[in-house]
Amino acid sequence: MKIVVDMSKCQHYGQCCFEAEDVFQLDDDGKLTYADEVDDSRRNDVESAADVCPMQAITIE
Amino acid sequence: MRVAIVGGGLGALRTAESLVASGYAGEIVIVSDENHFPYNRPPLSKEALKDGIEPASLEFKRRPSLESVTWVLGDRAQSVSLRDRTLTLASGRDITFDGLAIATGIRPRRLVAGGPEAGRHVLRTLEDASSLRNELNRSRSLLVVGAGFIGCEVAATARLLGLSVKVVAVDEEPMIRPLGLELSQELRRRHEAKGVEFHLGVGIEAFLGDETATGVRLSDGSEHFADVIVEAIGSIPNIEWLSGNGLDLSDGVLVDVSMRIAGAPVPVVAVGDIAKYPHGLFDETPRRIEHWNLPTETGRRAGKTLAALLAGDEPGLEPVGFIPTFWSDQYEYNIQSFGIPGIADHQRLSFGTWGEPLIVEYLRGNELVGVVGIDSVPQLVPYRNLLMKRA
Repeated sequence: MKIVVDMSKCQHYGQCCFEAEDVFQLDDDGKLTYADEVDDSRRNDVESAADVCPMQAITIE
Repeated sequence: MRVAIVGGGLGALRTAESLVASGYAGEIVIVSDENHFPYNRPPLSKEALKDGIEPASLEFKRRPSLESVTWVLGDRAQSVSLRDRTLTLASGRDITFDGLAIATGIRPRRLVAGGPEAGRHVLRTLEDASSLRNELNRSRSLLVVGAGFIGCEVAATARLLGLSVKVVAVDEEPMIRPLGLELSQELRRRHEAKGVEFHLGVGIEAFLGDETATGVRLSDGSEHFADVIVEAIGSIPNIEWLSGNGLDLSDGVLVDVSMRIAGAPVPVVAVGDIAKYPHGLFDETPRRIEHWNLPTETGRRAGKTLAALLAGDEPGLEPVGFIPTFWSDQYEYNIQSFGIPGIADHQRLSFGTWGEPLIVEYLRGNELVGVVGIDSVPQLVPYRNLLMKRA
């Protein structure tokens, strides 16, 4: 499963990190980093992360 | 079997998704008085108001699981009979149901004051935002009535667009109810440094102008004029259509931790801004909280509850366990909150310094009940985790 974050929308709120902390992280400067390819078994949490993004910047392919 | 979801915002969408994910295979009808599929409202006072409003880009993704949902857009619930399981729409159409989800949310509260009605903008819907944006684009000055989050966000956006901005409010500081005195003073100073002029602690006696409002007279006798006037003095729940069913409708719709109206003659849940329920984080007091993450959280739970009830099962009554959270962008500042700061009895600066990135802790007695940061997202994480542990 592929994950795309539209970095022109992302405001680094970090809400996604709480839903799938193994996939989305904030670095020490508060910038989002994420895994762009994860196992399908993580789909539920990644969908939750996309749901709670205030900017709706996360797409799952 | 049919579930009617009344309201077409984020809470309605998440309820429908959760219903299907919980195994409900019957019909779902979503009724909304708006002519749009569910869309994201926060940008309406920020990016979209500043840069342009494209409805399609604000719509939430609708999952393939919702393909068979019937959308009734541009029609409003007029009344409902829970006993007869029938919803009546403004168009006269009746919809019968086996389960009901109440997701009609809130609308802007209007000020009761003399003077012209026309020209008093509010901000809740895409149409509100479009019309306000058109006005801002051809104006040089803005007067905001109300100093809550929406009012302050619109003030910041208008400053970014180059308008001169005044904010008038009966509150003594901006956003004081959720944020308390010290942080609201801090945010006022930041707005003032950006050129916003505040007149606080004063009532609005009347709107001024001939046919269109062009100004206000305040309780201190002063008069203030602007090209555009925005009224942002809070909101009220859209409960009128529910009357006559014996429900507790004092400030929203009272539900239990499963989002169900216990004792209703048919399975009924309420979600989002309109739902009042015990959070169970700090106490059992039912509260209605208008934070962006709660339509998603309550919708997920309500869908499960409704699916269980319609399958003849009892819904789970585990404590709510989700942390209210909101954020706000004003100028380059990013404000983020976790918990319920508004119920604290005191607050203290716990990270950073005034005027810089900072975190304020909100305490009730010795207990942490909320935390708000400005430009401090990574540092907020441990506080959020502390609050989570209570859940």
